[in-house]
Amino acid sequence: MTVVTHEAGAPFRAAPPSADPANGSAIVTCGLTKRFRGGQVAVDALDLAVPRGSVFGFLGPNGSGKTTTIRMLLGLAAPTAGEHSLLGLPLMDALPRVGALVEGPAFYPYLSGEANLLRMDAADPTARGGTARKRAGEALERVGLAAAAGKRFRNYSLGMRQRLAIAAALLGPRELLILDEPTNGLDPQGTREVRALVKEIAAGGTTVFVSSHLLAEVEQMCTHAAIMRTGKLVAQGTIASLNGGKATRIRIETPDVAAAARVLTALGLADVQGGVQGGVQGGVQGGVQGRAEVTAELGGHAPERVNAALVEEGVAVRGLAVVRPSLEDVFVGLTGEGFDVDG
Amino acid sequence: MSTAETRARRSPESVAASESAEPAQTVETTETAGTAKTEMAAGAGEITGPERRSSAEPAPGPLTRSPMAFWRLLGSELGLTFRRPRNQVMLAVVASVPIVVGVALRIVAGDGDGVGGFIGAVAGNSLMLTFASFSFLVVLLLPIAVSVVAGDSIAGEAGTGTLRYLLAAPAGRTRLLAVKYLNAVVFSFAVTAVVALSGLITGLVLFPAGPVALLSGGTISMGEGLLRILIAAGYVGAGMAALAAIGLALSTLTEVSIGAIAATMVLVIVAQVLRAIPELDGLAPYLLPTWFTRFDAVLRSPISFADLGQGLLVFGAYIGLFCSIAWARFSGKDITS
Repeated sequence: MTVVTHEAGAPFRAAPPSADPANGSAIVTCGLTKRFRGGQVAVDALDLAVPRGSVFGFLGPNGSGKTTTIRMLLGLAAPTAGEHSLLGLPLMDALPRVGALVEGPAFYPYLSGEANLLRMDAADPTARGGTARKRAGEALERVGLAAAAGKRFRNYSLGMRQRLAIAAALLGPRELLILDEPTNGLDPQGTREVRALVKEIAAGGTTVFVSSHLLAEVEQMCTHAAIMRTGKLVAQGTIASLNGGKATRIRIETPDVAAAARVLTALGLADVQGGVQGGVQGGVQGGVQGRAEVTAELGGHAPERVNAALVEEGVAVRGLAVVRPSLEDVFVGLTGEGFDVDG
Repeated sequence: MSTAETRARRSPESVAASESAEPAQTVETTETAGTAKTEMAAGAGEITGPERRSSAEPAPGPLTRSPMAFWRLLGSELGLTFRRPRNQVMLAVVASVPIVVGVALRIVAGDGDGVGGFIGAVAGNSLMLTFASFSFLVVLLLPIAVSVVAGDSIAGEAGTGTLRYLLAAPAGRTRLLAVKYLNAVVFSFAVTAVVALSGLITGLVLFPAGPVALLSGGTISMGEGLLRILIAAGYVGAGMAALAAIGLALSTLTEVSIGAIAATMVLVIVAQVLRAIPELDGLAPYLLPTWFTRFDAVLRSPISFADLGQGLLVFGAYIGLFCSIAWARFSGKDITS
């Protein structure tokens, strides 16, 4: 288990940003701290290491310091203490390679979508004006806004605004995308589109750092995650390690426990539990009125195939469920609190 | 042998890393001489090879600053300023003042014979309307127009939230501030030029052309008169650029652009009020608006360059002071919008 619990003082310690400029991390922070003038600590000694090529979920309830961290990463706010580095480069060299969406879209209401992108592109000292129109067109195409390119931003719907902000983040070839709550305000369809886009971008080798207060979203999109709570890092690692190494399991409710266990073992499922014979470990989880279940790690097997195999062998399947370990369990386990979605 | 190996291992994507690693390694080799060399030949092949490849993974491609980057951002800024309907309306309003004044004076002068003084001077020569327009407009309307653009410069971006995206692009704080100020300066001169052109055209249409009678007596040729209009416009433009520096500094203090705009205007109005109080004469030379009206030095014979020079020095001092304040404030500010 490689979950890093910051508070427990686990051995993990991010390398200082200056020590290893070409390490494998897209984002490194070391003791990053932000204390506001009122004395409130928004981010408290954050040690973050985002591996290159990962889709990294930055998870925490609203107000847990995610946006403040992102603002510091992008140089918009100065840390009170600690260091940070993007792509192992000095900030001003790194930023042209970083696309960012911070705290929702912000554009000039009286300009068209395309004109807004050209304006943002003009602010990037490494971008070439000659290719700006072409790149803006491609970015708009990519987020499905090509048809609305000439429409004023004022007349964009919430979903279109969000997509335009993502288009702005995709104006150049990016090595890192920092997306702060990219699905905020989107309808389910828009949310799915954003998730698909993130996957597509990540498939191209770009590291994606996505903050969210939605556990399910991070579980679906990300390979890695860090969990924040009131400015402190609670845990970080791969999704699998955060889940405590718990694999997705299949649970079969059946009176024929032994037969079911045999079929599952024959199919090659690991860690079959619930059988009583054949040396399979674990006891029958007998329920009331003769209900009994067999569980096993699903691995790469399709649940419907498992079901078909069971039925073929004459096992009476009364119920079948796929049990996924959830980050919520992890969060509750680590903090002793529920994950307040509304913050 | 070891050099050849190093070269062979140096695949294109590892160039960046091996270049940084190379000098240190060379030093080590020369220091520890022969023994280390043989060790390296034996062991280094397996160890440094993969290590290098993994450390070279990022392989930052060449991202160079575009030499035109500053001018491209300034162009974008000017495009925003001059295409923005609000600013176009302001320019139109400013342009209409010389026309209204010209038409009014034409009517007044046409009614009675031998109108003297100011009206007579303007009605008597086509170029005088431009100077008259300047003296009306530098008091309030030009400062208002410049306050709007300069006060909006940073605060407006902060208000819409575009500031965070510009800075993350990364525009660079000093660069963005320089572009914002230059943009306000261009607008200052543009709005002044609009007054001059509108006054000139209106004057030529409504009033007789010919030699210009000066305030201090004497006349100058029409060509000389046009030159003096140019000098006056340059001086007034510089004065407005000084006001723009104040607007820029105030603009870095707030996220509400109307606040920065209003504050700049209030400063102008307060200064005008203070100037009007005779007991506070001693204060006048320190107030920026005092110097706006000194463009009338061009209406003396010969031109009072000492007056103009002193005015320009004051403008320069204001620009230096308030640009410094703006930079000090903006370069270290947390962007919370």
